[in-house]
Amino acid sequence: MREELHRFFRAARGAGVRVSPAESIDAMRAVSEVGFADRGLLRDTLLVTLAKTQDEKQALAQCFDLFFSRPEPKSNADAADAADQQADSGSSPSQPSGSGAPGQGGGEGSAPPELGELAQMLLAQDRSAVAAALAGAANEASLSNIRFFTQRGLFQSRMMEALGIGRLRDDLDRLKADDPAQAERLAAALDGLRDSVREMVAQALLLYGREEAENLRHEVLRNAPMMRLERRQVEQMKELIRAIARRLRERYSKPRKRQRRGHLDVRRTIRRNAAWGNIPFLTAWKRRHRDRPQIVALCDVSGSVAQVSDFFLLLIHSLHEVVDDVRSFAFSGHLIEVSDILAKQEPEAAMREIMSKVGFGSSDYGASFADFEKRWLRSVTPKTTVIVLGDARSNNLDPRTDILRTISERAKRVVWLNPEGRMGWGWGDSEMFRYAPFCNLVRQCSNAKQLERAVSDIVAAYQ
Amino acid sequence: MTANLPMQSIEAVTAGLASVGYIASRQIATAVYLAEKIEKPILVEGPAGVGKTELAKALASWRGLQMIRMQCYEGLDEAKALYEWKYAKQLLYTQILKDKLGEVLGGAQTLTDALGRLHDFGDVFFSKEFVEPRPLLKALEQPQGCVLLVDEIDKSDAEFESLLLEILSDYQVTIPELGTISATVKPLVLLTSNGERDLSDALKRRCLHLHIGFPEQKLEERIVESRVPGAGETLRKQMVGFINQIRALDLKKLPSVSETIDWARVLVLLQASELDHQTVKDTLNVLLKYEADIETALPQVAGFVAKSGREGVFG
Repeated sequence: MREELHRFFRAARGAGVRVSPAESIDAMRAVSEVGFADRGLLRDTLLVTLAKTQDEKQALAQCFDLFFSRPEPKSNADAADAADQQADSGSSPSQPSGSGAPGQGGGEGSAPPELGELAQMLLAQDRSAVAAALAGAANEASLSNIRFFTQRGLFQSRMMEALGIGRLRDDLDRLKADDPAQAERLAAALDGLRDSVREMVAQALLLYGREEAENLRHEVLRNAPMMRLERRQVEQMKELIRAIARRLRERYSKPRKRQRRGHLDVRRTIRRNAAWGNIPFLTAWKRRHRDRPQIVALCDVSGSVAQVSDFFLLLIHSLHEVVDDVRSFAFSGHLIEVSDILAKQEPEAAMREIMSKVGFGSSDYGASFADFEKRWLRSVTPKTTVIVLGDARSNNLDPRTDILRTISERAKRVVWLNPEGRMGWGWGDSEMFRYAPFCNLVRQCSNAKQLERAVSDIVAAYQ
Repeated sequence: MTANLPMQSIEAVTAGLASVGYIASRQIATAVYLAEKIEKPILVEGPAGVGKTELAKALASWRGLQMIRMQCYEGLDEAKALYEWKYAKQLLYTQILKDKLGEVLGGAQTLTDALGRLHDFGDVFFSKEFVEPRPLLKALEQPQGCVLLVDEIDKSDAEFESLLLEILSDYQVTIPELGTISATVKPLVLLTSNGERDLSDALKRRCLHLHIGFPEQKLEERIVESRVPGAGETLRKQMVGFINQIRALDLKKLPSVSETIDWARVLVLLQASELDHQTVKDTLNVLLKYEADIETALPQVAGFVAKSGREGVFG
């Protein structure tokens, strides 16, 4: 049973629930209190001890159901089924495995002689023996170590190996010559066995492999250039950006009241301790004043960066939740303020509305900056960080660098995040190098990782 | 109600809590049982008003223990949660004892000698005499043990959370001047959170995690039955059915169990034996706390009442 619990912990990790050794010890202690007999109770116990959030509880509950889904093996079920049921628990090592070393002296009487154990088992259609053999093979192949979907083939062949496929092939060859009908039966049975093995491996992957496969996918995605995502990746990327936003929010949303002890505030100390004859029991310290964050974000949503601007907008949306004072603007040919849209609506709806208002045009940085200068320049103060998100491709129109210069003179910082690689800057209609002198920071920001780091830096500067 | 009787089984926990009027689901009973068995605090999460704080109260009154409540808020610190030095008292004592000090030191010939003598008395001024225990320290000092409720931990600052860690894992606190004070009897600790802020992993790790959501219909009926005995069966069924439909709406604040109980009390006061359209309309403000929510719900009331009426009769 202890074995089984350990395997369950591994499965739980696969389901994305972080189970640390200490937690598994707690769970063990708890389980030893309540016992194994009552499944429902066991489930509650594991949920209470292992899961730390409601989401984890759900994941864990699913995992539990999958892991312990073991109806009583039916005797009249067909071989593959019975095999599955016993095997997916992967936990009946009590019976000797019919694996690596197929016993030669098996049932020589019933089936044709000189056949290997596996062949005899299959021909005799002995379901329980097959099931036991499968479970044994799963153990031998350490099926619970499966992590990635790419390992499916490897584990399938390992299991077939453990079942004694080598010997079976020889038998099959010999039978084909001697007894074609029998050979056909055996081949069919072998196909059935293959199916069971495939299914077992698939299930094991479901149980043990989820987290790592997900991590891998995320890692790939984080480094994937946002400009060149495939359709199906876009959804995943949005999910990832949302996760990043969530993390940023967790980290920064509630400005920690860090006690910043500066110098001793003599005056306040004396006043506070007047009651004790000015013996300084209570000290007062000067607090350093922190700036309230003010961010102005200008986001290019023109056709050339449409896909990336989706992600930018998502991230700005999350900025709205982290920082109180954000004003955001979107532009392609001209510029509008989108703070309200982003603040009031769900991300998806907000993005749709913004895109329908100003999206997909051909970009005109000059005109957009002019719009900004005319109406909102006053909102930029010496406390403001201005973030420009865009590729700086202005279709050979006047870039109006003078306006960026004005903005830069008024603002505390100007940060430019460019989704294009450095190689492309300054080529064609890219005005990046003409804008760069007026920016305090120019960053390439073409994948999720860079985006996260950039935004995190910006927000952290205010903490 | 026998105090300090070990919790025999999960059924005993359910029965014990029921005896003081708390109808617990099996998850809740399991968590309480395990908390005692493996000596871990319980972190209770869930929406407001589902009975998180109630659970602690019920536990305390069932076990016959004192409940010590630590209400958390932003800016809560060590001095308010753990202990405080009574500086003024120390100072006063020093003043009064000045003459005594003179006597003690009088015989000393040299400065080193005087210092040595002072050292013998040094600890007097940093003794428990001058420590004002606050809830957390008090909880550890209870000779019979107690139920310690750390309410709304999500409202406190992250620093306070770290302060709690020592208590939660080892049931002890360290006061620099006095040393480590361990619990005489380990208290049953409950922490509640409405999820306003994500708690640190370190804290979560030390606790059993219990999520109390809105109860199932049957359970909620039993809760109403136990808390508002005046409400008849038909009314109970209809009410709970109605509230469950309200919870499916998109509201700012969904009515929770405490609202259900309030509403039941109101209906009993109004001597309603069944739900009807008008009564519901008049008392909707007991259930819903925002004007906008009431406006959302009003058009649905007739349909909901009819539906829960049918269920109340046939279901």
